[in-house]
Amino acid sequence: MDINNLGFTTINLGHGSGGELTRKLLDNLIFSVFSNPYLNEKHDGAIVKMEGKMAISTDSFVITPIFFKGGNIGSLAVHGTVNDVAMCGAIPKYLSLAFIIEEGLGVVEFYNIIKSIKKAADESGVIIVTGDTKVVEKGKGDKIFINTTGFGEVHPKASISMDNINVGDRIIVNGFIAQHGMAIMSERKGLEFESDIQSDSTNLNYLVKDLLDAFGNKIKLFRDPTRGGLGTVLHEIATDIELGVFIKEVQIPIEKQVAAACEMLGLDPMYVANEGVFIAIVDPSVENEVLALMRNHEKGKNASIIGEITEEHPNKVVLKSLIGGKRIVSPLVGEQLPRIC
Amino acid sequence: MKYLSEYRNLEETKKILDEIHKITTREWNIMEICGGQTHSLVKNGILELLPEKVRMIHGPGCPVCVTPLNLIDKAIELLEKGVIVCSFGDMIRVPGSKKSLLEAKALGGDLRILYSPIEAVSIAKENPDKEVVFFAVGFETTAPANALSVLHAEKEGISNYSILASHVLVPPAMEAILDDKFCTIDAFLGAGHVCAIMGTKEYNPLVEKYKIPIVVTGFEPLDLVQGIYLAVKQLEAGKYKLENQYSRIVKEEGNIAAINVINKIFEIGNREWRGIGEIPNSGYVIKEAYRKYDAEAKFDISNIKVPENPNCIAGQILRGIKKPHECEQFGKACKPANPLGAPMVSSEGACAAYYHFSNNL
Repeated sequence: MDINNLGFTTINLGHGSGGELTRKLLDNLIFSVFSNPYLNEKHDGAIVKMEGKMAISTDSFVITPIFFKGGNIGSLAVHGTVNDVAMCGAIPKYLSLAFIIEEGLGVVEFYNIIKSIKKAADESGVIIVTGDTKVVEKGKGDKIFINTTGFGEVHPKASISMDNINVGDRIIVNGFIAQHGMAIMSERKGLEFESDIQSDSTNLNYLVKDLLDAFGNKIKLFRDPTRGGLGTVLHEIATDIELGVFIKEVQIPIEKQVAAACEMLGLDPMYVANEGVFIAIVDPSVENEVLALMRNHEKGKNASIIGEITEEHPNKVVLKSLIGGKRIVSPLVGEQLPRIC
Repeated sequence: MKYLSEYRNLEETKKILDEIHKITTREWNIMEICGGQTHSLVKNGILELLPEKVRMIHGPGCPVCVTPLNLIDKAIELLEKGVIVCSFGDMIRVPGSKKSLLEAKALGGDLRILYSPIEAVSIAKENPDKEVVFFAVGFETTAPANALSVLHAEKEGISNYSILASHVLVPPAMEAILDDKFCTIDAFLGAGHVCAIMGTKEYNPLVEKYKIPIVVTGFEPLDLVQGIYLAVKQLEAGKYKLENQYSRIVKEEGNIAAINVINKIFEIGNREWRGIGEIPNSGYVIKEAYRKYDAEAKFDISNIKVPENPNCIAGQILRGIKKPHECEQFGKACKPANPLGAPMVSSEGACAAYYHFSNNL
């Protein structure tokens, strides 16, 4: 398909009207890229087959800038939702996809986003089965917003629940933290700094499936610390289970360049967003096997056991610092802000 | 990263902590001046690793905390008048008398969060039909960059740029603290980055007048324990002198180029400190020759005066008289999401440090 010969180079209000222009946009850009038996029905919705229990998760993506090192809003919209479904202990199967486009978005940009969505969906093994496109006036959006909803089949051996967590369970993280947030930060207007930091945005569903195949109900919980970062998610877990969380700073995997960028901007990596990171809370009897499996998987090469669940200090996360002191890790309030000096 | 890993080394830090334990025989109160030092002490769990007899008292060196309430109201007033207000990120959540800058932004104000005041000059250049004001707060550390922004604007002939300045100085604040009749401080850890600009010489008169040890100290865990060790060593030996733990950054004469830029734009004058009140000759004011870059002179905002929240004891916190958890409002009526005063919301505020890192531990 030649996107240079569509007869339009930017998307305007007419493309969301439901009329001729909408049809042109859908046929030329969306259906041609995503073509599959469900979408090709061109029905109001999709009828799909599912087996066993179903996991559903929805998320909206409003990121600025829409293109960044390591991905774009499109790939992110797939990974984010695929991972949320996977965190429920499920195998993601289908996605819905809805766009809210601000008029003036370039067709080339939109096409690149769509191609990224297709690639990310294929890599994650999910099919886009239904969708929607709306266009809003200039100034009423921020280039493009995307909503995706994911549907997955719960793994037959999965028993993911806060209720299963016991004192002594281990907390394992699959890789380097804070990459996504710092990649975005390095390209934000006014903050641009030279770096090779790439977003870690990726699909985690295959690693999750392998873990469930191997360890079943010995895996108590999966959680992906996206917004709010690792610190906020651990705090949520501690307060939800009314037990303590104890972690060691020295065990938390962080890439040197990311640590340096955080230091420079005065940000705490514990609160910086991730898009390819998850924690698994596992029975202590399998901690080493889980770690070994993760480290043998492409998405878990830098996995590390960062801490455990404790009876002491219920509802709190306590961190042992690099120099051996202790402090609590509180949840993030608002956005992390750049410091004065 | 070299300095980071070196100065966060477990073995080295432990060695010096052991030394501090060995030499401490009496109770000592040591004030770290800078809020960055306070945060590092709490965040790295250093306070609990010190001997019980060594008590750290948290000083006034948080630029956001000491910026007077009426100045925040003035910045908000400018936003509401349609001025583009540029600010360091720390300032925007600090409550004014009615709202914060962040809330004023949500109501339609054009607020920009920047890392450098030079960017504000670029914004003024890009928006010639708008007035642009940089909210220039801070100690001596940020004064050179703020002064430089004025020089840039002058050089490029940009007339729609000005600064809302509230620069304060460390030595007069130390003197005010020492003159306070409730003062129990035995030694100071000097603020490393302030001294990187100003040098160390201006602290000699304080050492002599008050017979008090001052150790210029950095911010990493190893810096802090070294600074504390040097202070305790002097105290135990009955000595008082100026020492420089942070010599990898701080030179005796300071940064001459930066000092020259400051002196071109600013002169020393009286300044109001939030929670403390006016301290004579404790800040920078814009010189007459550069008055057209002074937002307070340019816009009609100088009459805004507002009282502090009576339930906030920020003044006592900033002078080291009380610790954050000794405040009745701490963690109850006053939390980071709903702060009564600046020390609970600033990233360098002592209350925020206690709330985030050591709340009821």
